[in-house]
Amino acid sequence: MALETTTIQEKLTSKFGDKVLNFHMSRDIFSFEATPDAIHEVIRTLKVEEDLNFHFLTDLCGVHYPENEVSHQFAVVYHMHNWVENVRLRITTYLSGENPEVNTITDLFLTANWMERETFDFYGINFIGHPQLKRILNMPEMVSHPMRKEFPMEDGGRTDKDDRFFGRTANNG
Amino acid sequence: MSDSKINMVAPPEGVTGEGFFATKLNDVVGLARANSLWPLPFATSCCGIEFMATMASHYDLARFGMERVSFSPRQADMLLVMGTISKKMAPILRQVYEQMSEPRWVIAVGACATSGGVFDTYSVLQGIDKVIPVDVYVPGCPPRPEQIVDGVMQLQELVKNESVRRRNSPEYKELLASYNL
Amino acid sequence: MSDLLLLPEHRYAKIIEQTRNEDGSELSILNLGPTHPATHGIFQNILLMDGERILDAEPTIGYIHRAFEKIAENRPFYQVNVLTDRMNYCSSPINNMAWWMTVEKLLEIEVPKRAQYLRVIVMELARIADHLICNSILGVDTGAYTGFLYVFQFREKIYEIYEEICGARLTTNMGRIGGFEREWSEEAFKKLDTFLQDFPVAWKEFENLFERNRIFIDRTVNVGPISAELAMQYGLTGPNLRAAGIDYDVRKAQPYSSYEDFDFEIPVGKSGDTYDRFCVRNAEVWESISIIRQALAKLPEGPIHADVPDYYLPPKEDVYHNMESLIYHFKIVMGEVPVPVAEIYHAVEGGNGELGFYLVTDGSRTPYRLHFRRPCFIYYQAYTEMIKGGMLSDAIVILSSLNVIAGELDA
Repeated sequence: MALETTTIQEKLTSKFGDKVLNFHMSRDIFSFEATPDAIHEVIRTLKVEEDLNFHFLTDLCGVHYPENEVSHQFAVVYHMHNWVENVRLRITTYLSGENPEVNTITDLFLTANWMERETFDFYGINFIGHPQLKRILNMPEMVSHPMRKEFPMEDGGRTDKDDRFFGRTANNG
Repeated sequence: MSDSKINMVAPPEGVTGEGFFATKLNDVVGLARANSLWPLPFATSCCGIEFMATMASHYDLARFGMERVSFSPRQADMLLVMGTISKKMAPILRQVYEQMSEPRWVIAVGACATSGGVFDTYSVLQGIDKVIPVDVYVPGCPPRPEQIVDGVMQLQELVKNESVRRRNSPEYKELLASYNL
Repeated sequence: MSDLLLLPEHRYAKIIEQTRNEDGSELSILNLGPTHPATHGIFQNILLMDGERILDAEPTIGYIHRAFEKIAENRPFYQVNVLTDRMNYCSSPINNMAWWMTVEKLLEIEVPKRAQYLRVIVMELARIADHLICNSILGVDTGAYTGFLYVFQFREKIYEIYEEICGARLTTNMGRIGGFEREWSEEAFKKLDTFLQDFPVAWKEFENLFERNRIFIDRTVNVGPISAELAMQYGLTGPNLRAAGIDYDVRKAQPYSSYEDFDFEIPVGKSGDTYDRFCVRNAEVWESISIIRQALAKLPEGPIHADVPDYYLPPKEDVYHNMESLIYHFKIVMGEVPVPVAEIYHAVEGGNGELGFYLVTDGSRTPYRLHFRRPCFIYYQAYTEMIKGGMLSDAIVILSSLNVIAGELDA
């Protein structure tokens, strides 16, 4: 029996009410949003329920929206996949800009370990309960979180490139 | 066996006589060193694959005397840095360079080792000459094996013409001091 | 940098203190450092050893972190293709085509059949090239250097085919939004035919050298096995997962670029150990050869790119003579092209598994967020699991058989 997106929507709304919202087909992937306090339970339900069976976590990443309101400035996006029914799913949680933190899902999916470390490294999102939350790709002494929009791409201290030739001056950054 | 196709390398300048050949020590030492360089391949990314192609049978680098690649810095003469060096990797590159004993030469292969390449970012070292002195730069992204061989041959020219006293000279000491070595 | 020096507070030092025997013998720490002849790429593992046996490992990566995702936020769509090459640089056409397919999904462009078939041909060639390197280097690590030299000749032939198509050998930067930049020359098809004649013979010899070789079997069977359940938990995809017994392949599950027109099997292993991974990759090379043959036989005539003047650079002769083409050329090069606001996730079967691109756009000329779902990064977590309890030399062999490419690991 094929897994319909209506089944997913009904199961989740009946269990979580208004903590899961904004169900829509984003091109070819069914996506929805969940609140940060419920996200762990939502993913556990998706994994464990027999007829949902989203047993594979494809990806976990973060996004920074500095223009949004403060409670929605960071987003963590989870992509899940059910190989048997061949259905993909995308779940987004929005976190606050001042103190972004969300529960870890390492207890559900072992693969989330490094993905969450990478998201922490790039955005500074704290994953509560993570066994080893430290930087993974950048240098451990680094203090800033480089993928945030305010952080510049180029190394400010480089001496061999003349910024005028790259169109980067004090005015246009 | 006809040797019409075999190129004989010309001997260095010197005085030939009955059973002897007198030349400068510099020339003999230079010739010996140039044709028996032992490389240390410090391959980090894509240029490393082109290096593998250079060492393979099509563009055989072993013809130039580099049959024995040494992964131990203590036994190598020539450090071939191939690929992007990030800031996290820079201290390690420096440790490897410091362990090499004189005379030692460095070739920076590829755009990333030369100047940071495409990656003008906060985490990439914009050229390895920020941490170690470099003798030959081979540009390219990645350079073709012929270019890498050309870089090695240029280094061989440098080695042949180097004075045996260079490593103790004050200019060289100044160069090392400018890198805090 | 603090990972270089083992601090006394490091947890291994504590364990060694606690488990020291009365006669003074104790566990030891070995640093399988970033620069090591047998690790193909730079990643560090600090191993806790009991003699030759590994008890625990702590990996450190990021030594070649080039901040691709940050760069992608500052480059227009054409310039991001250059970055994708340098991720899995052993099979760069696959990454290139995956990026173009993501952008075409975003812009809802339909690519003509001929271009799709040509894309399949070049992606399968890249897959062959990737598996060539992986398996021959596995041979080198177990002591058989000749296989590598012999098989690398064919990688040179593949490089020649890439050169005919796009001009570059390794980092190909191939293709455009909507197809290819130029029609493939006669020379390219000729070289492809010669390759398809000569390569299967050589590959059969390579297989015969290793698959029934007593020494190779001793070194690779039951070395680093992983169960199917654990493999799924760790997010393995690609040949490493298929060696554990699960036949998930993005080309069959969600076919892209006309893969559904081709008839191919998915080779599957049993125990997920090194020998199975080696054999699965061997079998995949045979499948790729068969797919290329089918694509060449059924190659339709037609345009090699979609008719999208907004996104596809016009031919140079037109740019010099035609006002409209000049304007389009300028707009495309400057990146001032109409881009919808959307979130796209597109996955292809890369040489190492499911390579996914998560693209968020906001209508401007550069992506707002581009995240690469890199298979190497995800399955390298399982490496610690695989080497526990094994010998040190097995750890090296397991690392080669996983085909970890440093560029994809750190991105």
